[in-house]
Order: sequence, then C-alpha cells, then structure tokens
Amino acid sequence: MTNNANVAAGQQKLRSKKGHERRVNGTIYTVLTVMSIVWLIPFVFLVLQSFRSYKLEKGGMVDYLLPKHFSLDNYAFLFEGSNFFSWLGKALIVALVAAAVAAALIHVCAKLLDRGEDSRGRRIALIGGSLLVGFVALVAMTMAMQGFTLAGSWKNLVISLLLYALAGWIMARVYLKQDSKLLRTIPGYMVEDRHQGIKKFCAMFAEFGALALIIQCILAPMTMSQYVRWYGNTLTIALFTAVIQTAIVLSVSYSLSRLRFKGRKLIMNVVLILGLFPGFLTMITLYFLLKQLGLTQAGAVPGLILIYCASSGMGYYISKGFFDTIPKSLDESARIDGATRFQVFLKIIMPLAKPIVIYTILMAFMAPWGDYVFASYVAFGHQDGYNVAVGLYNWVNTNDFQNYFTRFCAGGVLVAVPITALFLALQKYYVEGVTGGAVKG
Amino acid sequence: MVDLDYLKMSKPQKFIHNLGKFFMSLPGRIGGGFVKLGRSIGGFFKGIALAIADLFTTFKNGDWKTRLSYLVMGSGSMARGQWGRGLLFFLFQTVFNLYMVNFGMAYLSKLGTLGTVATEKVGRKTVYGDNSFLILLYGVLTLFFVLAFIYTWYMNIKQNRIAQQIEASGRKLKSTKEDLQSLADSQFHKTLLALPTLGVFVFTILPIFFMILVAFTNFDYNHQPPAKLFTWVGFENFKTLLSSGSASYGDTFRQVLFWTLVWAFFATFLNYFLGMFVAIMINKKGIKLKKVWRTILVMTIAIPQFVSLLYVSKMFAADGLINTYLMKWHWISQPIPFWTDPGWARFTIILINIWIGIPYLMLIATGILMNIPADLYESARIDGANAMQMYGKITLPYMLFVTGPYLLTSFTGNINNFRPHGFADHLAVPHDRFRHQLQDRRRHRHHGVRGAGCDQPGGLQPDTVREE
Repeated sequence: MTNNANVAAGQQKLRSKKGHERRVNGTIYTVLTVMSIVWLIPFVFLVLQSFRSYKLEKGGMVDYLLPKHFSLDNYAFLFEGSNFFSWLGKALIVALVAAAVAAALIHVCAKLLDRGEDSRGRRIALIGGSLLVGFVALVAMTMAMQGFTLAGSWKNLVISLLLYALAGWIMARVYLKQDSKLLRTIPGYMVEDRHQGIKKFCAMFAEFGALALIIQCILAPMTMSQYVRWYGNTLTIALFTAVIQTAIVLSVSYSLSRLRFKGRKLIMNVVLILGLFPGFLTMITLYFLLKQLGLTQAGAVPGLILIYCASSGMGYYISKGFFDTIPKSLDESARIDGATRFQVFLKIIMPLAKPIVIYTILMAFMAPWGDYVFASYVAFGHQDGYNVAVGLYNWVNTNDFQNYFTRFCAGGVLVAVPITALFLALQKYYVEGVTGGAVKG
Repeated sequence: MVDLDYLKMSKPQKFIHNLGKFFMSLPGRIGGGFVKLGRSIGGFFKGIALAIADLFTTFKNGDWKTRLSYLVMGSGSMARGQWGRGLLFFLFQTVFNLYMVNFGMAYLSKLGTLGTVATEKVGRKTVYGDNSFLILLYGVLTLFFVLAFIYTWYMNIKQNRIAQQIEASGRKLKSTKEDLQSLADSQFHKTLLALPTLGVFVFTILPIFFMILVAFTNFDYNHQPPAKLFTWVGFENFKTLLSSGSASYGDTFRQVLFWTLVWAFFATFLNYFLGMFVAIMINKKGIKLKKVWRTILVMTIAIPQFVSLLYVSKMFAADGLINTYLMKWHWISQPIPFWTDPGWARFTIILINIWIGIPYLMLIATGILMNIPADLYESARIDGANAMQMYGKITLPYMLFVTGPYLLTSFTGNINNFRPHGFADHLAVPHDRFRHQLQDRRRHRHHGVRGAGCDQPGGLQPDTVREE
C-alpha cells in the first residue's frame, strides 16, 4: 500500500516538475521572442524605409512604418550617374574568360613541365611566358569590352603588369608545385583525388578572376557616382587593412609567443601601458603627421590604411594566446630537422593557426568597414576621400536631411548585407578567437 | 595567528581579518613598488654610465677602423668586409644628417619657446610666423629621431668592438650573406618586429608623448595656431582642472568623471550579466531553434555600427518613430526628450549600449558555457542543488574566472568609449556641424568643459572631454 502511495506521490512530483519545466520554457520562449523583435525591429524598419518610393513619398522621416508605395528609387539614386552595372557585366565576362585562359595556360605548363626535364630555366621560361600571354590576353579583352584606350595610361599598364606578374607568379607556384617535384596537382584533379583537385581548380579560377577584376579597375575604371566611390574606398581600405594588419599581428604575436630574445618582456610591458591610453588622445597628432606625408583629404585612402595598420601590432594578445597553445615540440623537431625559424613559422605554425588567422582577418576587415571617427578626420571635407560611413553620416546630417533619410537607409542596407553575411558565416571563428584568447589570458 | 584559529572564525570574521591583513600589507607593497622603481631607474643610469665608459675604453683600445666609425658610422664594418651592415649604418647616418639639416634642427631649436614670431597681417597679406603646434610635434619627432640616432651610433661602435675581438681571436667575421640568413633564423624576431615597432613608435608613442606635453602648454581656443602662438605653462592646466570655485573647471571635471565611471560601470556589468543571462536561456536544455535566436542577436554585431547606431538614435529623436507612435497611441501628449534632456539622454545611451552590447557577451558566454563540463551540473543535481545554486556555485565562478581579463579590459575600454556618445552628441544639436568638425575637435577640451553644466541641449557633450 505504502509502496503504491509512494509511487503515486513520485509520479505526482514528476508531473509537477514537468509542468514547472514547461512553464519555465514558456517564459524563456516569450522573453526570447520579445528580444528578437526588439533586436530585429530597427533592421526591419531600415529595410522597409529603404524601399519607400522617393517620388511619391519623399525621403524624410515619417510617422508610419509600412511604405505606401514600394520602389527601388533610393537604390537607383545610389548608382545614378555611374555605369556600374554595365561595367560590372562586361568586367565579369572578361574576368571569366581571363581566368579560363589562365587555367588553360597553367594546365599546359603543367603538362609540358611534367614531360621534359625539370630545370630552373625551363620552369621560369614556361611560367613567365604563359603569364605574359595571359596578361596580353587580359589587356586585349579589357580594351575590346570596356572601350579602353591606351593613350596616357602607360603608368597604369605597368602597374597592372607588375601586379599580374606578382600575383600570377605566386599562384602559378602554388598550383604547379608540390614538394620539390613539379606538379602532380592539375592532372591530379582528373585522376588521383578528384574532389581535392576540383576544389583547387575552383580556387585558382576564382583567384585569377579576382585578379582580372582588379586589373580592370585600374585599366578601365568605371564612372562613379558618389556612393559607388565611397563604397570603393571602403572596400579598398578594408581589404588592404585586412591583409597588412593580419601580417603584422601574426608576426608580432608569433615572435612574442615563440621566440626568446632580449627586450621581449619590455615590449610586452610597454604595449600594456600604451593600451591604457585612449585612442582618441592621439587623433589630432595623427592628423598632422598624415598631413605632413600628404595623406589627408585627397590621399585619405592610403592615409587611413596607414593609420589602421600602423599600431595594429599592439593587438597581439588573442593570437599570442592561441600560439601559446600549439605544442613547442613541433617547432623543436622541425628545428632539429634543419628548418630555419622562418620556415617553422611559415610551414609549421601557420597551417595550424588557421582559426586565429581567419579571426584576425575578420576583425581587421570589419573595423575599417564601419569606422567613422578616423575616416571623418582624415578625409575631412574632401568628398572623394570619404568612406561609406562618413558619406552616409553626412547625408543624414545635412540641412537637406528630409530628402536623404531613405537614401541613407538604402545605402546602409547595401553596406550591411555583405558584412553581415560574412560575419554570420564566420561567427564560429569569432567565438573561438574571443573565448580562446580570454581563456589563456 | 595560527592556521587553526583562522579556520575557527566565522565568515564575517574571516572577511574582516583578511581586510585588515590587506591594509596592513599595503604600505609595504607600495614601498616595495617604489624601491623597485628606484632600483630600475638607478639601473638605467648605471647602464648609461657604463656605456659611456665603454665608449672611452673602446676608443683607446680600438684600431683605426674602430676609431673611424666614431665619425663615419659603418666605415669600420665596411673596412672589415661586412658591407651589408656598414652600408646600412652609413645610410642611416646620411639620412639623419640630411633630416637634421633640412628639417629637424629648425624645429628642435625652437622647442624651448614653441616659437617667437607671431603671424601678422601686413596690409591684406598674412605673413605666417611660427606654428607652435608643428614646432612641438616635429620637435618631439626630431627628439625621438636623435635618441634613435644615438642608440644606433652606440650600436655601431659596439659592433666594431666585438668584430675587433673576434678578429683578434682569429675567428672569421660574419659575411653579409650570413647576416641576411640570420635574419630568417637566429635574428628572426628582428625581421618580424621591425615594421610593427616602427609603426607603434611613430603612430602611438609619439602622439601620446606629444599630447602629454600639450597638457603643459596653454594651447586652447584663444591660442590657435597658426594665427596665435602658444607656450609652456607648467602645471597650470592641472590646477584649473582640479581646483574648485567658479572660475575653474574642478566641479565640472568631477561631474564628468562621475558620469564616466557610472557609464563604464553600467556599460560593462549590465551588459555582462544580461548577456550571460541570455546565453544561459538560449543554451538551456529543451529550448529549440537555438541557432535562430543566436543569429538574430548576432546581426547587431555584424551590421556596421554607424548604420545601426545612427538609425536607432534617429528612432529616439523628437520626431522619431518611438515618439510618434507613443503619441499616436495617446500614451504621451508631447515627445519624450530622449536626447535633449540630460537625464533622459544618459538613460537612452545606456539603453542603446545594452542593445549593442548584449549580443557580444551572449556570443562569448555561449562559447564558455559550452566548455563547462556537463558532469559538474549532473553531480550538483544529484546532490539536490537547484538552478540558482548551480548558477552561483558553478556557472558564475567559471565565467568570472575565464572572462576576468575581458571584463577588466572592457571596463577600461568603456571609460574611453566614445562611439555611442559621439553619435548622440551630434544628433543632440540640430546643425550642420560636420563642416566645422575639425576646428571643433581642436577646441573640444575647452568647449566641452564649458558646456559641462549639462544645462544645454547638447547635454552629453561634456563626455567628449575625455577624448582629448
């Protein structure tokens, strides 16, 4: 009897516990739903406003949420006076063909190198020759499609040739080389590891395509509207900053984590103290330093890149924490095998540090993408040197504010979409970086 | 006191005991710090004295190659066949000499007075005199360069001394090629750190040093170069800042400082606990769609802040969405002064900062929460702990332990945080301020402090005082 009563009581308890659980979960769902609405509302409004018809409802702030007429007016305004879309269409065609040509050339190179004897001279001649062919083909196509005339553009031609040679050389080396033996990779995508081979081939294709796009920007620039120019500035700054800053941060954190030398502790202490000073303290001084170098106003883009990168070595903590976790025995065994420290860094540590490299690139890219304060200083008063943040901020704060609010929304949407997609795709690395760095302190 | 006595004490007693012990040990610790500081300063001067003595002995014992390097840097190395090093030293000296003659000397010599020739108007023309600002800036730059030169010069002599010793002992000197190779190996840190260090020197240390020096000048609204000169005033500014009375900024400074601390406290800890709370909610067993909740929040991080902050602050404006809707629904009769009333503005700023900050903390907390071993909770549950106890005894200590450094940095970061205030500041005043921004910044210190009574539309302006 008592036994049964106990069981019944237990079941009762369990049931009430379940009920309790359900109530708790219900509360949590409610809270989360409310939060989601609060967090999403501004963005939903932003997008809605950006689609409001400019012709019928003007561009100011209004007291209703849903636009009465939807249209793309505001977006059209952003591109007004720019041949962006026709330029992009042509450029993409050229880039596709150029990438295909490059891939074919590398393929032929690989076959020829595989067949004949492997000498340095032959390698250089073959790769160099095919790069030259590829470049000539690219320029010819650009001229044909974008109506580019050579007169007065020798400087640009030389710059893009150097760019193509450098980037192409690196890419060719990467795709043609495996260990000391020349290539097995490209034929490999047909035979050995099909999946890997195709992946590699796609990567090469994309990289050559991107290279072709950049070179077209130099050789046959599009006519730009204000907004497109700002966007271009932002993109340029963010890309360069991401690359340079990552290189700097990684080299600083590697040497502070792995190498032992006189003054290492001193450097770390000095950086710690310097970090206590607010960044704004130095702003005016930086402006005058840049001015002396001619990197303000018209030179705002390189100036900003310089500013973002110059002191970035101070943010080494997180990646140093990561490097500290890689076992030292790896380095030591490589050193015993005769590798120099440079080789250890490049060939052993870097491949293992992929998460932190991605984290660093992500951070280095996002910071200048949204930066307003420094950008507004350096570009001060020179419209062509603005980045999107400064430009759009300027729009909402002009006297003509009522006309520009929805345009600001449209511009904001176009800026936010790519970076949001990138961040959401890579957020795993963000969490890893932040918590990893925090755990190791 | 014996350990046993300590163990017998109750909790409050233990606390008082520890507190007392801490304060008792404080003088000793501070004293120890000063002793250490004194020792390191002494060590520094001793090092310099040793280096100077070293220079004399090296000159006395050196051969002609070494002695020549005292005058022409790198000549000794070149004479010994170390062309790479020698050329670098020589190049450095040439650059330094050219810099000093063409640029540096003029500024360095005026550093004491910060310029004496004022800008004047002769008829219609403006004749520019000295620019105190540039004199100070480039004077400091030159000073740094001179120090770097002296150090390099000393290194050059040291190199020669060592080379001479090596030669005397009959060993071979490193060739240029070996030097270059060592840069990728035993001297790899030099390769890696050269550029970053240079960048930090010129773009962080130099400006900070410069700004510290500016604190000792009378550079302000009435002394704006290039029109006017400014000069050294010693500790005058600090006196004005800290003393009280109607003519000084002491009270204002205290007010601003107080609000800064309040702000940093709220911005850090409110965000921290709310973010952790949200993370715990999302991570609770049995909650579905975890990824969706997380992604919605994370969007705030990803979207550039100038877009989201600007839009949200517009929402709070007098004619913004929130006010118009509240009025439409007849909840209020006139717009709430979210930005124009200082009290409200502070509230709004903290609110928006929570909106911005929770997702960051949520992400971080999620990562850490997942790392807490599940069996800890399991055994706690078996022992009969409830949710609150598990939070207090497991989750919170673990979180605090892991995020301690983060909390500290984010607190100091928030003291120096300008962004939310920056946007609020500009939105608070209807204007076309952008064009005047640069001038504005330059006189900000003055401006900000003057308006700091929080009685004007730009009630938040005083906060920007911190940025100088």
